[in-house]
Amino acid sequence: MEPLAIYQRLKERFADRVVEISESKPDPFCVVDPAAIVEVARFMRDDPELAMDCLSNESGVDYKDRIEVVYHLFSYRLRHGAVLKVRLARDNPRVHTLEELWKSANWMEREIFDLLGVTFEGHSDLRRILMPEDWPGFPLRKDFVEPLEYHGISTVRESPIIRLDTKKK
Amino acid sequence: MSTFHTEEMTLNMGPQHPSTHGVLRFVVRADGEVMREAVPDVGYLHRSIEKIAEKVGYHGFMPYTDRVDYICAMFTNQGWGMACERLAGIEVPRRGEYCRVIAAEFNRIASHLLSVGTMGMDIGAMTPFTHALREREMINDLIEELCGARLTFNYMRIGGVAWDLPPGWREKALAYLDHFDPILDEYNSLISYNKIYIERLANVGVITPEEAIGYNLVGPNLRGSGIKWDIRKDIPYSVYPEFEFDVPVGKGEWGALGDSMDRYMVRIREMKESARILRQALTQIPPGPVLAKVPRNFKPPAGECQVRVESGRGDMGWYVVSDGTGYPWRVHVRTGSFAAMGIIQKLSKGLMIADLVTVIASLDVVAPEIDR
Repeated sequence: MEPLAIYQRLKERFADRVVEISESKPDPFCVVDPAAIVEVARFMRDDPELAMDCLSNESGVDYKDRIEVVYHLFSYRLRHGAVLKVRLARDNPRVHTLEELWKSANWMEREIFDLLGVTFEGHSDLRRILMPEDWPGFPLRKDFVEPLEYHGISTVRESPIIRLDTKKK
Repeated sequence: MSTFHTEEMTLNMGPQHPSTHGVLRFVVRADGEVMREAVPDVGYLHRSIEKIAEKVGYHGFMPYTDRVDYICAMFTNQGWGMACERLAGIEVPRRGEYCRVIAAEFNRIASHLLSVGTMGMDIGAMTPFTHALREREMINDLIEELCGARLTFNYMRIGGVAWDLPPGWREKALAYLDHFDPILDEYNSLISYNKIYIERLANVGVITPEEAIGYNLVGPNLRGSGIKWDIRKDIPYSVYPEFEFDVPVGKGEWGALGDSMDRYMVRIREMKESARILRQALTQIPPGPVLAKVPRNFKPPAGECQVRVESGRGDMGWYVVSDGTGYPWRVHVRTGSFAAMGIIQKLSKGLMIADLVTVIASLDVVAPEIDR
């Protein structure tokens, strides 16, 4: 099935809990209500015409006014994919985990928690994965300011090269 | 007679352990030699490559992609290039695509050689490693002649490749392939069909097809579990549809389907298929330009896309969000090693400590690709 047909099917099934269907190029996507994500995802996995057996990618994006969690679902059986998104408030982003549906969500959600500070409710092991346990802040947020030192180790190099993040865009 | 008393102990393995293929750490809870659980601790090689992407612009990020997976740098180059081309709707010239495929398939052979070589070494067979590395060095020489680098290639550009094949290179490459085909048989008789080796690998770290999909395993790890799925065949990109090749899958010839031996043999057989693709590509390569016209100030229209390439470690997904400026808004790389590490905690239950090393090697985990 083409992505847009999949989103249409979701719209018919879930009505207003499907917030937006975007036909953006090159990849169209579908935004759903964060409270309904588990239900929608479960439907997509179990529905014989969608049969999304694999959560191929899960990532987070900070849009300054909101944080989005993006799910790339894929069906090995029917060879089609879809992109789901949830929009979360930036000051306290929370969404339910999809770990019980796809095991691969476990580590990818840990990564999003680590780098963007999204709390996944019901996650079995929500710890930082890439950054040290005591790292301040969430590095992939747009307003993240790198601390000048970490445990006495300087993060700034004595170098004539201008630091990348002070350079004007 | 008193009963035998055992005690659970917690062991630390890594981060600088010779068999963990880079900087990985495991916290192992073991009762004697049998593990209760091995909890991976990653992040030692986190270089915030995704954050760097947001600051250096589209062209400037190409050399950084090499560092995502330095064993398979051609594929990370290609993934990034393809994502940008898809965002901006750029068509790569046919010769450029051929150059990409040739470079990438050589890289795949080099990557698999390293993987099967270290597999032997991790288990205790030192000699096969030197044989594999000898062949890999020759490929490195070829690639060095092509792009000037032996590890972090930075060969591809958005819209094609940086340089055409140098004069006489095609013949050298074909001569290497003639040399390489019998080498694989030699390698197989040296180690693959060795009884001790098979005993160490067969029935160790068995992954069922359902688990493989559930944990999002990709590439040889997925095919080792018997699932015939290759991005080059099933979601074709570049000029792969023009070549004839098979997709080897694990069949459980030596033990259970999806054991370490299956994953190992998939890699051995894939090298043969890569050599087949290379022969066809090197003879069919059309004349023409290798690089499309891409503005130096590259600004793709706002939008987002995900592209998937079949790297040495499997389906590598590049998710790129553009906001219409010269800098990507967000880049996320979903790599094969990251997924493979996620399953180790589950696989480790009840394994011997020595078999943990086998499992890591058979999943072909490369630490920088996990941490990025």
